[in-house]
Amino acid sequence: MAGSQRIYKQRIKSTQSLKKMFRAQELIAASRIGKARDRVSMASPYSRAITRAVSAVATHSNVSHPFLVERSDTKRVAVLLIASDRGMAGAYSASVIRETERLIARLEGEGKQVALYVSGRRAVTYYTFRGRELVGQWSGHSDAPSTEVAREIADTLLDAFRAPADEGGIGEVHVVYTQFVNMVTQRPRVVRMLPLEVVEGVAPADDKGALPLYDFEPNPEVVLDALLPRYVRSRIFAALLQAAASELAARQRAMHTATDNAEDLIRTYTRLANQARQGEITQEISEIVSGADALASAS
Amino acid sequence: MADLEVDLVATDGKVWSGTARQVSAPAADGEIGILAGHTPILSVLRPGEVRVQPVGGGEPLRWHVDGGFLSVDSDTVTVVVDTAASGTRPASAGDSH
Repeated sequence: MAGSQRIYKQRIKSTQSLKKMFRAQELIAASRIGKARDRVSMASPYSRAITRAVSAVATHSNVSHPFLVERSDTKRVAVLLIASDRGMAGAYSASVIRETERLIARLEGEGKQVALYVSGRRAVTYYTFRGRELVGQWSGHSDAPSTEVAREIADTLLDAFRAPADEGGIGEVHVVYTQFVNMVTQRPRVVRMLPLEVVEGVAPADDKGALPLYDFEPNPEVVLDALLPRYVRSRIFAALLQAAASELAARQRAMHTATDNAEDLIRTYTRLANQARQGEITQEISEIVSGADALASAS
Repeated sequence: MADLEVDLVATDGKVWSGTARQVSAPAADGEIGILAGHTPILSVLRPGEVRVQPVGGGEPLRWHVDGGFLSVDSDTVTVVVDTAASGTRPASAGDSH
């Protein structure tokens, strides 16, 4: 009996220290999420300006660019998966990986060959453990992505898109990331990044009637050539930032639940420990009483 | 004279925004100077220095940029750069970065 009481005490202690860790993780995530959301909103002027410029070129000239046309010479398509570096974020990584698997199954069903690019250590280990080939992988930046990483990822993908078919060129680029809707909702999303579809509706409505005639310096082709890689970079950076904010929000919620669960466990174990202590006391009393009885009847 | 609405944005945030009299930037074919009433233009920028002369005189603001592009549309100037190092130094003669 004394043994079980000790075991309960041990469990309470370890659960308490776990609870402290969960609480700390929750607070860290909560303090970082504001910053992550700020970065999302800070990057938006750039992407807005670039989207406007791209649609200006699309509206005012009819130049074509390799990034805008479908490639028919290759069946390879790239999938970029953006997940987290660390766990402790509930189903965050699992749900984005599941979405990716669904996308891969769909693409392979269409007779395409998938080249997988992965960002985030959790997803990297998921695929390397299963012996799946990764064409590119990045990790160590998932909760605070920098523009350099976004640039590196974008340039890798753009190079692959430009490469000829027999050197591993790819025909499409899909990106799977988690969209930050709000603190409670984060949604895995799949977007096709390349070939680009320039959305005309993004251009601001021109209420002055006639469209302005644009001059392109030095010429529309060069301008488009400079714009489109930046456009892709900014979209990938935006996806990374959204994913970072989602990761932190998911972590905060998961750690909050874990703290609550730890509290529940502590309560249950305290009850059990008290019961064990009561049982012990009852047993001791009955032992003493019966011992005294035995002595009294013997004399 | 009318003024220009200027936005200077870098990849990770807005760098400067306000009204200005003149903007000069290193365009593809050489230095370009923008005043109010400029024809709409979309130009690639080389690495170099962007200068903004704010309304109300004073020293021009300077940034060192490493490429990007510039668009002008009905007196709204948008300078989009990869990175902008704030070289907000006084415009002394022969000053370069």
